[in-house]
Amino acid sequence: MIEIDHLYKSFDSKDVLSDINTTFENGKTNLIIGQSGSGKTVLMKCIVGLLVPEKGKVLYDGRNFLAMDKKEKKSLRTEMGMIFQSAALFDSMTVLENVMFPLNMFSNMTLRERIRRAMTCLDRVNLNGAAKKYPSEISGGMQKRVAIARAISLNPQYLFCDEPNSGLDPKTSLVIDGLIHGITHEYNMTTIINTHDMNSVMGIGEKIIFIAQGKKEWEGEKSQIFSATNEKLENFVFASDLFKKVKEMEERKTVS
Amino acid sequence: MFKLIESVGKYLMLMKRVFSRPERMRMFLQQYLKEMSQLGVNSIGIVLLISFFIGAVITVQIKLNIESPWMPRWTVGYVTREILLLEFSAAIMCLILAGKVGSNIASELGTMRVTQQIDALEIMGVNSASYLILPKIAALATMIPVLVIFSTFAGIIGAFASCWFGGIMPATFLEYGLQYAFVEWYVWCAFIKSIFFAFIIASVSSFYGYTVEGGSIEVGKASTNAVVSSSVLILFADLFLTQLLMG
Repeated sequence: MIEIDHLYKSFDSKDVLSDINTTFENGKTNLIIGQSGSGKTVLMKCIVGLLVPEKGKVLYDGRNFLAMDKKEKKSLRTEMGMIFQSAALFDSMTVLENVMFPLNMFSNMTLRERIRRAMTCLDRVNLNGAAKKYPSEISGGMQKRVAIARAISLNPQYLFCDEPNSGLDPKTSLVIDGLIHGITHEYNMTTIINTHDMNSVMGIGEKIIFIAQGKKEWEGEKSQIFSATNEKLENFVFASDLFKKVKEMEERKTVS
Repeated sequence: MFKLIESVGKYLMLMKRVFSRPERMRMFLQQYLKEMSQLGVNSIGIVLLISFFIGAVITVQIKLNIESPWMPRWTVGYVTREILLLEFSAAIMCLILAGKVGSNIASELGTMRVTQQIDALEIMGVNSASYLILPKIAALATMIPVLVIFSTFAGIIGAFASCWFGGIMPATFLEYGLQYAFVEWYVWCAFIKSIFFAFIIASVSSFYGYTVEGGSIEVGKASTNAVVSSSVLILFADLFLTQLLMG
C-alpha cells in the first residue's frame, strides 16, 4: 500500500500539487486521471522520487520514502518497477538485454538463471520471439510490452505506469491494459497508472483518483464515476460523445 | 557570470556522483570495454588519416620556410618531430577528438535524457551518472595515449611519404633529424597532457548531455556546447600543462 500524506510541490513558486492526500491499495490497479497539465506526472514523479516535494509524506507500506537515506532508498527502488510513456528502453541493448538489465544489476543469479527469468518475463508478455531484436526494430506496442517485462523482472511490489497507452491504437491499448491488470493481480502488487484514457478507466480502473489543477478533486471506484457530482470530473469524463451516451444509458437504467 | 558559476557548481556535483564505486564491477567492465571500442577504437581511422597528412604538410612547410645555407638540412626532421610530439599529437588531435567524441557523448546522453532512459535507470536504483559517465571517462583516458602513439607514428610516416613520393628532400636527412637530440620526457609530456584532455572531453561532454532539458533542439545545442566548451578548456589546459611540465 502507498499512502500520500499532505503532498505539496511547486516550480518557481507556482503550485503544481497542493495538499494531495490519498491511498493506493495493494493488489489493485489505482488510476490517477486528469487533463494534460493537471499534475498527474508530477505526482507520480514525486511518489517514485524523481522529484522532491516541498512538503508531505510518501509512505510505502508505512515506510516514509522521503525520510529514507540513500541506502534505504536504493533498497526500496529494487521493489519498484516503472513503465514510461515512451517505454524508455535502452536503445543499445536487445530486448532480452533490456529485460535482463535489472537482474544483472541487482540479483545474484547466474547468467543461465538470469536468461531464464528474462525469458519467463518475455513469455508473460507474449514476446519471446523478439528477444534478439533491438527496440528500434519492434513496434510501439511491443516496446511497451518489453517495458512491462523489464518492470516485473525483479518481482516488484510496486508498479508505476505513466500513460502506458499513449500513442497506441485502441486494440493494442486493451492488450497493454489487460497485461498490467493481470500482472497486478498475479503478483499482488500496488499498481499506479497515470492516464487520461477513459477506456482504461472503465476497463481496468479499480480505484480512481481525479486531479485537476494540482488538487485532488475526487476519488472512488469506477462504478461511482457515473453518479459523481463533481463538475470538473463530469467535464473531464463526459467530454466525448461516446461517454455522454454511456452516461445517458446508465441514467435510463437507473430510472427504469 | 552567475550562470557560469552555477554551471561549474552543477558540473562538480555531477562529478561527485560520477566518481563513486560502481554498483556492479561486472557491469562497469562491460561498459568500459564497450566505450573503449566506441570512443577509442572507432577514432583510430580519423586519427591516422589526419596525422598522416598533417605530418606530410608540416615537413613540406618547414622545408620551404626555413631553407637556408646556414641551416642544417636535418633541422626539418627535428622540428617536425617536436611539433608532432609536443603539440599536434596531444593537443591538436584532442581538439579534433573533442569534435568527434564530444558531440557523440553529448548527443547520446542527451537523447537518453529526453527519452527518459536516464529516469528509468534512476527508478531502478542505479546511480545513472556513475553507470553512464564513469566508463566513458575511464575508457577515453585509457585510449587517448594509444591514439597519441598512433598519431605520432602516422605523422612521421606522412613526413617520410612527403620525402619519398613528393621529393621534398632526401629521407636520410629527415631520419637523422627525427632522431636528433631526442628527449624521452617529451613523450611522457604528450601522454600526461592527453590524459587530462581525455578527462576534459569525456566529463564536459557528459555534463552537457546528462543535464539536457527539453527535446531534440536542446540535444543539438548541448552537443554544440559540449564541443565548444571542451575545445576552449583543452586550449587553456594545454597552456597551463605545457608551462607546468616543461617550463
